[in-house]
Amino acid sequence: MKIPEYQAKEMFADYGIPVPPQQLAVTPDAVYEAARKFGGTVAVKAQVHVGGRGKAGGIKVVPNADEARAAGERILGMDIKGIPVKKVIVVESAAEIVKEAYLGVILDRGVKGISFICSAEGGVDIEEVAAKTPEKILTFHTLSREFPEEEARTFAGQLFNDDATEQSVLNVMRGLFRLLIEKDCSLAEINPLVLNDRGEVVALDGKINFDDNALFRLPDIEALRDMDEEDVNEIEAKEKGLSFIQLDGDIGCMVNGAGLAMATMDMIKFFGGEPANFLDVGGSSSPDKVIHAFKLLMGNAKVKAILVNIFGGITRCDDIAKGILESYKQIDITLPIVIRLSGTNAEEGMAMLEGTPLITAESFEAAVKKAIALSKGEAA
Amino acid sequence: MSILVDKDTRLIVQGITGRDGSFHTKQMLAYGTQVVGGVTPGKGGQTTEDGLPVFNSVQEAVDATSANATVIYVPAQFAAAAVTEAAAAKIPLIVCITEGIPVLDMVEVYHAVQGAGCRLIGPNCPGVISPDKAKVGIMPGQIHKPGRVGVISRSGTLTYEIVNSLTERGIGQSTCIGVGGDPIVGSGFRDLLPLFEEDDETDAVVLIGEIGGDEEERTAEYIGEHLSKPVFAYVVGQTAPEGKRMGHAGAIVSGGAGTAASKIKAFSAVGVPVARTIDELADAVAEKFKA
Repeated sequence: MKIPEYQAKEMFADYGIPVPPQQLAVTPDAVYEAARKFGGTVAVKAQVHVGGRGKAGGIKVVPNADEARAAGERILGMDIKGIPVKKVIVVESAAEIVKEAYLGVILDRGVKGISFICSAEGGVDIEEVAAKTPEKILTFHTLSREFPEEEARTFAGQLFNDDATEQSVLNVMRGLFRLLIEKDCSLAEINPLVLNDRGEVVALDGKINFDDNALFRLPDIEALRDMDEEDVNEIEAKEKGLSFIQLDGDIGCMVNGAGLAMATMDMIKFFGGEPANFLDVGGSSSPDKVIHAFKLLMGNAKVKAILVNIFGGITRCDDIAKGILESYKQIDITLPIVIRLSGTNAEEGMAMLEGTPLITAESFEAAVKKAIALSKGEAA
Repeated sequence: MSILVDKDTRLIVQGITGRDGSFHTKQMLAYGTQVVGGVTPGKGGQTTEDGLPVFNSVQEAVDATSANATVIYVPAQFAAAAVTEAAAAKIPLIVCITEGIPVLDMVEVYHAVQGAGCRLIGPNCPGVISPDKAKVGIMPGQIHKPGRVGVISRSGTLTYEIVNSLTERGIGQSTCIGVGGDPIVGSGFRDLLPLFEEDDETDAVVLIGEIGGDEEERTAEYIGEHLSKPVFAYVVGQTAPEGKRMGHAGAIVSGGAGTAASKIKAFSAVGVPVARTIDELADAVAEKFKA
């Protein structure tokens, strides 16, 4: 789960990390009021989860409240990568930036620990820095929940190449680490962390991602979930025990198992089709889940054919066929459906589907090819 | 031989009285696995429907049954503690089926298991099976066939699909391992390949990878330098969008890293053939062993 910048910075502040004063606004008038209150130069920043806000024109630095209102008018209501901007923050920006750096802490699957990532180059895409000039990135890690005090001290002074900032940077590192530990973040980054002309070290922008597996013990974080920002279908699917990701193609997929679901998407692409989604219905044959899955697929206007690919393991294919027939009775399915059952009791399952409008296929490949043909308006 | 589990495996089940634990205990017993008992805190002293003793703690279970392996079916909130408890009791093989353990907890668990000198498979995995010898996990036993090909996979159902394709072509398996779909798992391809390399009854290994992390890349490097047995690979997630978790918590492309293309390139660079479809994979293995 992700949260927008303003919430990330509120959390930074909770953990003792200095952030510039900011005010959330949803109307140009509110932007004006906030800018007037701060006085002088302010930044007006769109609050959406996608990257590249600056390039899209979603961030404007303006000298006074009147221009702030104008910036607010432009930004509120614009689309950034297809997402409408409904909120902005107004950030007090009087201090001059002397240096910009990057500081991030991640749950690092590579080292199986918690890694700090530091770079004296901030405000830019850290992945780009890592790819082009890896020597500009310094990392250190710990394998426990203890803050790695010694390494942190070594690196803190280097970030701005300025010993006077060592204590401030160290404090930011401690705060960021405690935030990751206490709130189960998979990523907490400050980009840029700036040194200003007042000698202060301040988090100007930041990003926090939370480990979805830990949300059960973080009710305060779950409460921050912004339904405006999430794909409603993906959230609904999750509530029903389905794992669903929307894609751009026209072949709706329903598969049991995440790996097989990915393989199904890849196979569709390999044989010249376009998958419309990733959908893992899990191991259950419950008609409820299958019905909801069909509804999800049919709700996508782009979908022209549906491919059901099931490998029965412990779950028997005849049970799955029963679930599918049941849902077929309960909802009006207007699209062609290709179904392939394999594994435990596959023959019994396939026999049950005979005489129904469902198009059966003997193998994974045959099913994929039939679905592609149907998606192109050809005969299966 | 086979690796990790066989006829000498003496298994306990953590969470044996739960819905999943009790169901799969029956399945494992039916397959012929030597299940010697189970653990459910607070239910020690009871006997299961299958006549197995239930203990309050892993240590008690080990003391009473001389178990040398454990399989964990407890809910996510308690699973990290269950693995740690098994490691503290020094059980050599710990298989954790549970999905949804917080990653931060796994950081601690991983190092606790390493420190205790145990081997952890999972979490979020189907388990381990050595066909006709022992099944430790949730995979359907009947699709497997004893033979000389090792299988290591990050997936569940996809592994069954591929194992089934191998079996249909007459290719049996020495041991099949699902390493788990989480970002941090106890053992990866890189950890398990040496066991297959040393196993007299394994002639080749099938690796089933997916997007996320760099396990496949690191493994390719190892194969290039150390492995003498042929390896066949398959990698899924080429069509996965960036930044989305594809079902498995660990299956995510982030910041341009962990892509299927990068993994395929790494395998190809060390001469490991990467199949484009499941049939192509199974055919390639069958071709190799036809003679």
